[in-house]
Amino acid sequence: MYSKGLVPLAWATAVTLTAAMALVFFYAPLDADQGFVQKIFYVHVPMAIVALGGFVAGGIMAIKHLRSGDRSWDMRSYVAIHVSIILGLGVLVTGAIWAKAAWGHWWVWDEPVLVSFLIVFLLYCVYYPLRFSIEDPDRQARYSSVFAITAGAFVPLNFIAVRLAESFTHPRVLSQTGGSLPGDMRFTFIVSIAGMALLFVTLWKLELTAKQASMQLKKLRNRARAAA
Amino acid sequence: MPALPLDEAGKYVAGAYVVFLGLILVYVAIIAAKIARIGREIAELAEEDQ
Repeated sequence: MYSKGLVPLAWATAVTLTAAMALVFFYAPLDADQGFVQKIFYVHVPMAIVALGGFVAGGIMAIKHLRSGDRSWDMRSYVAIHVSIILGLGVLVTGAIWAKAAWGHWWVWDEPVLVSFLIVFLLYCVYYPLRFSIEDPDRQARYSSVFAITAGAFVPLNFIAVRLAESFTHPRVLSQTGGSLPGDMRFTFIVSIAGMALLFVTLWKLELTAKQASMQLKKLRNRARAAA
Repeated sequence: MPALPLDEAGKYVAGAYVVFLGLILVYVAIIAAKIARIGREIAELAEEDQ
């Protein structure tokens, strides 16, 4: 079910990400202020946007689970959160690398964007112990969904709060006034976001395929045991 | 802080992209190993069935 269209999707992801990297290094001009270090933004910011979007998507899937009672929605929500956590880890590490190059420090505690992302990341790290501490599958799915919805609602609230906060240190890539990116940088950035979004969907489908195969194997084993 | 010169900034940029690619490769390798294990177990079940 989940493996349908996975191969063309993986190819589309590979092509888009390769195109994005080519644009980053051969097309987008050097930033006048930050120089070459600004190239980190083309991987760091799309990863952050897609990770946060994945957390929200996990919440929406959890709503679908609670509304329908269909546990496949819980599995989709879990995998969306899992992939987002991995991307989130990438965001924190690439952000720290950029901060060291731009600010001279790996981490700055008084920067709201950094700290708020860390809070979101740590919040979702709690999802795993919560989920796997419950043995009953129905309760596990239900409780995990409630967490995913609550935490998913926190993500946009957190984003708005950070946007409202006054900050002169963390650069704004996109804003209501059109951001500070010129046309060729903006195009590169959009292709990078498209590549990252495709990567998210590919990894999500890949993990769901593995999970579904694992569950089918378990069923087959149980059937074989019952027959013997 | 002034912009870093290209030779110094290059290692940070390379580091960031290596982290990204490394994360994705490790993740895909783990899932691929999982799928391969499932495939082996299915083959074993099929053998037992015969």
